[in-house]
Amino acid sequence: MKYLEEFSDPQLARRLLDQIHATVTRPWALMEVCGGQTHSIIRHGIDQLLPEGIEMIHGPGCPVCVTPLEIIDKALEIAAREDVIFCSFGDMLRVPGSKHDLFRIKSEGSDIRLVYSPLDALKIAKENPQRQVVFFGIGFETTAPANAMTVYQAERLGIENFSLLVSHVLVPPAIAAIMESPSCRVQGFLAAGHVCSVMGTREYPALAERFEVPIVVTGFEPLDILEGIRQAVVQLESGRHEVQNAYRRAVPEDGNPVAKEMLRDVFEVTDRAWRGIGSIPRSGWRLSERYRRFDAERRFAVADIHTDESSVCRSGEVLQGLIKPNECAAFGKQCTPRNPLGATMVSSEGACAAYYQYRRLDLLPAGASR
Amino acid sequence: MTEDTLPTSTASGPAIDADSWVCPLPLRDSPNIVMGHGAGGALSAELVTHLFQPGYGAAGTTELGDAAVIAAQPGRLSFSTDSYVVKPTFFPGGNIGDLAVNGTVNDVSMCGGRPMFLSTSFILEEGTPLEDLARVARSMGWAAERAGVRLVTGDTKVVDSGNGDGIYVNTAGIGVIPDGVDIRPDRAQPGDAVLLSGCLGLHGIAVMSSREGIDFGTTVESDTAALNDLVDVMIGTGADIHVLRDPTRGGLAAAVNEIARSSEVGIEIEESRLPVPEAVSNACGLLGLDPMFVANEGKLMAIVAEQEADRVLEAMRGHEAGQDAVYIGRCVAEHPGAMVARTGIGATRVVDLPIGEQLPRIC
Repeated sequence: MKYLEEFSDPQLARRLLDQIHATVTRPWALMEVCGGQTHSIIRHGIDQLLPEGIEMIHGPGCPVCVTPLEIIDKALEIAAREDVIFCSFGDMLRVPGSKHDLFRIKSEGSDIRLVYSPLDALKIAKENPQRQVVFFGIGFETTAPANAMTVYQAERLGIENFSLLVSHVLVPPAIAAIMESPSCRVQGFLAAGHVCSVMGTREYPALAERFEVPIVVTGFEPLDILEGIRQAVVQLESGRHEVQNAYRRAVPEDGNPVAKEMLRDVFEVTDRAWRGIGSIPRSGWRLSERYRRFDAERRFAVADIHTDESSVCRSGEVLQGLIKPNECAAFGKQCTPRNPLGATMVSSEGACAAYYQYRRLDLLPAGASR
Repeated sequence: MTEDTLPTSTASGPAIDADSWVCPLPLRDSPNIVMGHGAGGALSAELVTHLFQPGYGAAGTTELGDAAVIAAQPGRLSFSTDSYVVKPTFFPGGNIGDLAVNGTVNDVSMCGGRPMFLSTSFILEEGTPLEDLARVARSMGWAAERAGVRLVTGDTKVVDSGNGDGIYVNTAGIGVIPDGVDIRPDRAQPGDAVLLSGCLGLHGIAVMSSREGIDFGTTVESDTAALNDLVDVMIGTGADIHVLRDPTRGGLAAAVNEIARSSEVGIEIEESRLPVPEAVSNACGLLGLDPMFVANEGKLMAIVAEQEADRVLEAMRGHEAGQDAVYIGRCVAEHPGAMVARTGIGATRVVDLPIGEQLPRIC
């Protein structure tokens, strides 16, 4: 595919790696914000090829991983209702709630459907006027426009049996929360390219200035990531902390104005709980007053469900970059992709799952994972 | 007359023995499967003589006993069964019928057996169009003819509307293993070469794109095909083929992992050597899938001694089903039981068995 294969070219990758090796004079800790980047780094083995002093800390940008347990429990409660068709993206189905996951209640007879586009859920609602159709609208700024489009359309088409279970979160407040943490070791960020393709880059100079960290907007293919790392390292070595865009083919400075306009109409900023991190003020979106009647939490009265996180799972520390997945005692033992204790082990974008799938041999004593 | 209008109450009408009851004539004109087609009576017989036998053509049988009678031969047999529930029934490049024949032919072939006879068994949902079933039966006849196997026995059951999903097919197959052939999943040895007969991911993406209505720019067609002739040619080289496996569900990753575990060897695959058609790689890129985990229905992976790899590869390339065959990796003594991929940019990673279905990522 154009813009995909040419960004995996081994010779060019080698050249970028050489430049990074030639630039680095001391250790640096960089955080890639997005789970898609974590997946790519581990899948292609990019971190194995970096200079020894460059540490990649895996950030909180996997939408599946940061969705709080409480929302999963609410989803399970709603999806188990007989009058409901519950629609979700695929990788949310295996995320464990406090008791079980959506796959389990599907096997027990609940009508749960995997969709590829949120608008498919709206179509299902139109075709089943006698049922309630709920879409699990989670994710960062990237998935938000398509999710917003569902209620926008539902209102215009008068599809009142549709609702959205919203748990949207935002990247800039998360970056601020990470930098404000006293134990923070992050010295530079690779910002999430696809988030910026929607929102643009204007939110980031203030963060770079305030925390004195370089922020490089970065894509997802091996060359994108290497170029992001190179630009961040060049800045760090020369004592600069600016916002740079290493993903120009997808990210204009203003992002996508049409999408942003719709987001302003459909959502409003709210405090959000992040799985493993806790509540971050003004770090998410909920439906705006105009669309509030499409809010599944209201429609099904599940707002009172409250759940505590697992005490064994250290995914919060993983998400904040305080420990590597294999430093958790449960990694690969009680906690595997088949029996995940926390969401970072569920999604293929989750740092724990990526480590388990691709690094298990190096990280676990022989036989531990069988 | 439709099913709905049939007398069902025994209170006012004559008593009906439901088990042996056969619908009167009008039902025989139904364009769809009705419960009676699975009841073993006249309707069942009609289905056999008017639909399955013409559909199967020369590959079928005119003998309608309770079992097929096969002349026994000395030596070893390979025997395999598989059920097919693919949705949709018809997909680009094939349908559930040729898939069910090719799939079992291939399973029998993967232990070196020359497939000879297949059974075909149907579970049909009431209401399934007879025309669909006839198309499926015709495809099975063609597929069997192409593979040189006979469809010698079968069965049909019908389930109530809503209790099935159109057409389910089970096939079982018997093949004869030539003397001297010893192909088993536990025979891979360190140093052996890993060969792949062609490009990856076509069947999985073809089915997914038609099931989900996703347009990937070009139509991807399933690779469903019988591999028994290719296997014959490979065995004919005289090379000692250690392992054969068709990477169906779970894709190449599942097949390699299973062999690594059975043989207790490590297997290293070079990602840059894997043939992935552009449309498959585009679809995988869009959906967040890995082509190594996507199903194939007309490909095989072979593990042979390193010194015989070139000879086998050349023979594979001379055959239609193996013309794009490539060397993709090797067996090693390190990390027994695990599959490791060498990535395009020169690093390595473990490739594990998929847990269940591959789930498309959110973003």
